[in-house]
Amino acid sequence: MFYREAGQFKTGYADDMAVFPIRQDRIGIAVILAIAYLAVPMFGSPFFVSTIMIPMLILTMAAIGLNILTGYAGLISLGTGAFMGVGAYACFKLATAFPDVNVLVWVLASGFFSAAIGVVFGLPSLRIKGLYLAVATLAAQFFLQWCFVRIGWLTNYSSSGSIEAARRSLFGVQITGPGASETARYLCVLTLLVALTWIASNIVRGRIGRKWMMVRDMDIAAELMGVRLLPTKLLAFAVSSYFCGVAGAMLLFFHYGSMESIAFNIELSFQVLFMVIIGGLGSLIGSYLGAGFIAALPVVIKFAPQILGIELPSAVVDQVTVMIIGGLIIFFLIVEPHGFARLWQIGKQKLRVWPFPY
Amino acid sequence: MEQVLEVLSMVLVEPFARMATNPAFLVQVIWEGFVSGVLYALIALGFVLIFKASGVFNFAQGIMVVFAALTLVGLHEAGVPAWVAVALALVVMYVLAVGVERIVLRPLVNQPDIILLMATIGLTRVLVGFGELVFGGEPKVMIANELGIPSGVWRIPLFDRVVVIKLIDLTAAIVAIVMVAGLAFFFSRTRIGRALRAVADDHQAALSVGISLEQIWVIVWFAAGIVALVTGIMWGARSDVSFALEIIALKALPVLILGGFTSVPGAIVGGLIIGIGEKIGEIYWGRLIGGGIESWLAYMIALLFLLFRPQGLFGEKIIERV
Amino acid sequence: MMAFVDTGRRAGPKPIAAGEVLLEVEGISLAFGGVKALNSISFDIRKGEVRAIIGPNGAGKTSMLNVINGFYHPQHGRITYRGEVRRRQRPDTAAQQGISRTFQNVALFKGLTTLENIMAGRALKMNVGFFWQCLRVGPALNEEIAHRRKVEEIIDFLEIEHIRKVPVGKLPYGLKKRVELGRALAQEPELLLLDEPMAGMNLEEKEDMSRFILDVREQFGTTIALIEHDMGVVMDISDRVVVLDYGRKIADGTPDEVQKNQDVIDAYLGVQH
Repeated sequence: MFYREAGQFKTGYADDMAVFPIRQDRIGIAVILAIAYLAVPMFGSPFFVSTIMIPMLILTMAAIGLNILTGYAGLISLGTGAFMGVGAYACFKLATAFPDVNVLVWVLASGFFSAAIGVVFGLPSLRIKGLYLAVATLAAQFFLQWCFVRIGWLTNYSSSGSIEAARRSLFGVQITGPGASETARYLCVLTLLVALTWIASNIVRGRIGRKWMMVRDMDIAAELMGVRLLPTKLLAFAVSSYFCGVAGAMLLFFHYGSMESIAFNIELSFQVLFMVIIGGLGSLIGSYLGAGFIAALPVVIKFAPQILGIELPSAVVDQVTVMIIGGLIIFFLIVEPHGFARLWQIGKQKLRVWPFPY
Repeated sequence: MEQVLEVLSMVLVEPFARMATNPAFLVQVIWEGFVSGVLYALIALGFVLIFKASGVFNFAQGIMVVFAALTLVGLHEAGVPAWVAVALALVVMYVLAVGVERIVLRPLVNQPDIILLMATIGLTRVLVGFGELVFGGEPKVMIANELGIPSGVWRIPLFDRVVVIKLIDLTAAIVAIVMVAGLAFFFSRTRIGRALRAVADDHQAALSVGISLEQIWVIVWFAAGIVALVTGIMWGARSDVSFALEIIALKALPVLILGGFTSVPGAIVGGLIIGIGEKIGEIYWGRLIGGGIESWLAYMIALLFLLFRPQGLFGEKIIERV
Repeated sequence: MMAFVDTGRRAGPKPIAAGEVLLEVEGISLAFGGVKALNSISFDIRKGEVRAIIGPNGAGKTSMLNVINGFYHPQHGRITYRGEVRRRQRPDTAAQQGISRTFQNVALFKGLTTLENIMAGRALKMNVGFFWQCLRVGPALNEEIAHRRKVEEIIDFLEIEHIRKVPVGKLPYGLKKRVELGRALAQEPELLLLDEPMAGMNLEEKEDMSRFILDVREQFGTTIALIEHDMGVVMDISDRVVVLDYGRKIADGTPDEVQKNQDVIDAYLGVQH
């Protein structure tokens, strides 16, 4: 009833091409941002902010990265975890080598390192597609993980083999390292995510995003229309890996504080892939919905039975979660290959025409 | 300059010198590589069977191996006699094949490869979660003795030294050969085998001459299940039965790239190349860069190979059309 | 504002006058393994004409277009375009030189809308850098709007305003063909290759499509080479016709000449050789 666009006229192509052409959407996004920036830090419990919101937002960033590669450019990757690792290790090295520069600069810069590595492992994508490319990215996953373990220089020869986030601050407020408040970390993560989402949405809606989708939908036709495949695919690898790298650096500096190479294993790659599939391939909103869902599911499965008075052992919770996610992936692929994002769209359409069916 | 020469000698001369000075050890290394190659080949074989008949790249083949082995051991632990447990495990694999065909494949007919791949990744998770829920997450010991798999070793004197061959490895190699021969016979001589090849060539054409896709799919998934059970028994007898195998089973992917996705001999040859190649690489060159290179060497070999021959050793070149 | 539209291939050589030879193929042979798809084919296409390539199924017509496109590389023969002999080239260079095409089995980008598909045709002409793309303000936005204006002209021309924002996967066949023509036009080609633009259409749709093809030539001076099975259409709209059969050229001339050619009649009616 309130979701009507009648009376809102577009007077130029710029209006028509805006992210949120409908006024109600603009109000909606403002409300969501207000909740995220004000309500969550003010009313959210420390547990909620630090163990649900922060990892969820960071994984959203990684999901956006993978979605750019898989959803927009149609190139499947099983190496997301390793590319995130490159960002984390790069940020660790940069932050320890140049402690005077603000850590946020290094978080953003670390993405460039994983972008470069991503391009190297994207090179085979010229000759190979689909399943074959999946194997190439597996090579990246296992090789990079081996590097994290074997190259002592990466961890500053730490005896435990782990990397740690040092204490750093912004405007006099400590934002990383032991003792940083969850609110400060949360606000950093949120701001980075919002800014990079805006950039991602600009890229995918413009010339570059169209080229990626051309290659995804019909690479031969794209080539015959003058799109050079290799640079286009490599750019997708670079941008995608940049987002994953920044996500990895954030995971270290704003969430765990201390990580070992095992954290960037293939499980992480799969987790991000599942977020993208369940959320919706080729949709940024889908990346948010998918990450939110997968981050929230174990919590729900853990606490829902408790409300009913049943206590589940944590191993069972894990196993049930794994099964449900697997089942949901199959379900979504069969019923709605565009995931939550399409359900969201359908919902909006229904709301527009309500109370009429169409 | 001198350092360059030294590095070159370390990479290009010393490993071969070590091979030459102790040939018996080299034979031992090749044998170890051969046996793990056989097991990679067995997993790859499961992939090939399904890919040939349904065009589905079954990411879950590795987990099917674990699942089959766990079912067998789990049933035996519950008091079922060994051979009855094998029969029951086969029944479970058949039920799985039917279930997969009904629930996953049938609704996804004619979807792009990548969707089907992701569906089987989903299937992997379901099997992992279900397997751990039912049988627990701890590693289990394969019931090798009860199944009559010989233990013990053969010591073969060679070049003044001894090459040790475990009987279990020998059994694994023989079983693999028998199974491959059986499958070759099945494909070329039986009516179902021929129908299966017809389906592999062209789904619609096969349908139009009255071959039932559903039946064929159940049959290949069941066949892949049998292969998985045999692989699981052999693998389990060599180490133990655990979900760690899931990661190792991924090495079947580079094997397939070498051999081509649709070729049974390709799977075998690819498996042996990867198995022997990574053992020799690890033992003779791995220490130069700190060891542990077995975790990624197979993928790198496949990657290099892809750049020069994308269709694999036995695959056919694809002509693109518009 | 229009300054950065059209920068795509302004730098080309001197314009070619109507009636001069735009593209010439000489002695083209193409084989896949042992199968000869094209056998020593020669013909030319003149600027501003509608040139039809006809022949029975499997005659090698689509292969010929693929060769002109640079997608297949012939084993023998040479292609001269705008007076320059082409060496082995990548398909994307042909597009840069002003050759665009449609496909026999519609090859639209099926995840994109009509509007986006036609915008995709402008890919080569858009070149504002990565930095501005990230921010989508200033030059990037202006470029996007300028090209959008151009695309809307094409949408008007082809009368497909109503499906502007519909994903092309959902469109009926006839409209898909029309969107594909729009996408090729968005490239502002000098030479437009149409592979069976009217296959599977009803009479009314065929008439529409014929009208569009003639209008394109009229309004933009585009040279058109088309493959078509409907002889009525071919005879009506084309200036010259080349006939292929089993990878060989069996006739070349005006529609009237070709119609009277005994080899052509035999090829279509199937005479024992």
